[in-house]
Amino acid sequence: MTAHDWPLWEVFVRSRRGLSHTHAGSLHAPDAQMALRNARDLYTRRSEGVSIWVVPSTAVTASSPDEKDSFFEPAGDKPYRHPTFYEIPEGVKHL
Amino acid sequence: MTTPAPTPTTEKTADTSATAAALALGDDALVLSHRLGEWAGHAPVLEEEVALANIALDLLGQARVMLSLAGDEDELAYLREERAFRNLQLVEQPNGDFAHTIARQLYFSTYQKLLYGQLATGDSELAGLAAKAVKEVAYHQDHAEQWTLRLGDGTEESHRRMQRACEALWRFTGEMFQPVDGVDIDWQDTERTWLASVTSVLRQATLTVPEGPRTGAWAAGAGRQGLHTEPFGRMLAEMQHLHRSHPGATW
Amino acid sequence: MTAVTAETGTNKHGSPAADEKDASAYAAAFDAAVAADERIEPRDWMPEAYRASLVRQIAQHAHSEIIGMQPESNWITRAPSLRRKAILMAKVQDEAGHGLYLYSAAETLGVSRDELLDKLHSGRQKYSSIFNYPTLTWADVGAIGWLVDGAAITNQVPLCRCSYGPYARAMVRVCKEESFHQRQGYELLLALSQGTPEQHAMAQDAVDRWWWPSLMMFGPPDDESSHSAQSMAWKIKRHSNDELRQRFVDICVPQAEALGLTLPDPDLRWNEERGHHDFGAIDWTEFWDVLKGNGPCNEQRLTQRRRAHEEGAWVRDAAAAYATKQHNNGEATA
Repeated sequence: MTAHDWPLWEVFVRSRRGLSHTHAGSLHAPDAQMALRNARDLYTRRSEGVSIWVVPSTAVTASSPDEKDSFFEPAGDKPYRHPTFYEIPEGVKHL
Repeated sequence: MTTPAPTPTTEKTADTSATAAALALGDDALVLSHRLGEWAGHAPVLEEEVALANIALDLLGQARVMLSLAGDEDELAYLREERAFRNLQLVEQPNGDFAHTIARQLYFSTYQKLLYGQLATGDSELAGLAAKAVKEVAYHQDHAEQWTLRLGDGTEESHRRMQRACEALWRFTGEMFQPVDGVDIDWQDTERTWLASVTSVLRQATLTVPEGPRTGAWAAGAGRQGLHTEPFGRMLAEMQHLHRSHPGATW
Repeated sequence: MTAVTAETGTNKHGSPAADEKDASAYAAAFDAAVAADERIEPRDWMPEAYRASLVRQIAQHAHSEIIGMQPESNWITRAPSLRRKAILMAKVQDEAGHGLYLYSAAETLGVSRDELLDKLHSGRQKYSSIFNYPTLTWADVGAIGWLVDGAAITNQVPLCRCSYGPYARAMVRVCKEESFHQRQGYELLLALSQGTPEQHAMAQDAVDRWWWPSLMMFGPPDDESSHSAQSMAWKIKRHSNDELRQRFVDICVPQAEALGLTLPDPDLRWNEERGHHDFGAIDWTEFWDVLKGNGPCNEQRLTQRRRAHEEGAWVRDAAAAYATKQHNNGEATA
């Protein structure tokens, strides 16, 4: 690592208990401890969070937009995975 | 419109003791917040601009609450003469390089954390405020500690600068443990805890604990009595100039 | 190391190696996405010129945030009440934060913050010229909030719908936080305007000095703006410079009246037919002159920025060295 280049970290913030962490943005920090603190100062200064994750950007493996079709389209023609697919006689409850 | 600032050294009724405590601790927070505000636009890295401003804002918030306990916050901040300020000389010391700022932060936030921690569990007027402030101050102490480790155990240059800063400010640390009226704690015990805590951080940061005296030769450590160091007059001149140029104006 | 964000997931320029036939298919997909008002995301194929244009604009925007800290922080230590001091500190802090959000957005395009800062420091990338004007009195803090932030918001709100996802998302955050900036400026000026005669004069003087430079913030007239047409086609920009400028003037006129202050333009009047205010000619010579570096504070602003960066180098080095040591120790004990 050259001195002037602090690595980049991705910041995930849980906005309140009961919700999952959501990607908030990124920042630079020399190490994980400082990344957490910088994230606290930058991304929660208006009480936006109750918990933070920081992840080195290089540690994230992302799907490629080129694989978009093969990754995501096959799920599109399987409506039987959704409850609205099924017809239930009127008056039947708790289903 | 100018009511003279309360002088904390008069009768020792419960009321003036509380005022004295609020002034001493309020002035500490006010002055250090001002110094940290001077970093705006000058910090070593953008992330640190945000961090230093957060600390400055916490301190300014504490100052406003405490000064309001003692009187009108703006009259106290802007219309007192230098000799009426009760802050520690430590907090008025100029920012210097980043190492000096961090050493000042380490010494002061460790002190403030111990003080507020004890006040929060007591039954003084300051207990409520202290309970809130101690959380802020714990973060300031952590920030200072993290940076002390990185500067002390970073490069040769950062080690040298941090060591020098720790030495330079050491003689202002004795003053912190002069009892403050209205703050009913065991000062000697607080001092021992402070020393142990700072020593541990400095050692972990591969720094040498300064050996010099913790009070200076002449009146160092007299900030609580209203005797300050030269840079403080300039700081106040800058801070008060605009307010004083428009007597009676509202902003 | 190079700027690799999770969003890009690659340090190449995103465009997959493709033969020409593929390239034209990618281009068609890009055009279709823009036309359908979909967002372009970092790893999508994009024309190099689109990428370059975004880097230029986002970097300039980020630089403006951090240079913009200077004229205002100039008054932090002299703020005339503790309430005003807290507000101003929080505002200047937000600007640092906005700079950070924007540099992050730029980094998703494969440039590093260090590269961008180098370009700022060496004068190869610009920042908004407005910050080359000085803050001479306390009232200037109010005028910046009301007029400069007001103009910036007018410019920025449409950017929340910009075609590039990370930029649009950063702008949503910026705009949300920015709304207090303008209001505090307005409130500050109102207090001065309704204060002593000296305070009122101070407020009027500040508005006199900041009005015209604020109008220049929307950039040159549409027929002279070099990047505008392409940026609009790409939906990086949504409205023309002149449209936004007109919108801003129309918003400001009643606000100035409520303040009890005069906008320094004898030609400013309501035009019933157009349904807009007419306003006087802008001195574009001054605009180009300041842009070229001859403004009152160009030299001062860049010098302070460079100095902060250079004087901070040992601190950044120290933290990096410490991280390396900790990492190595961790491996040694593992």
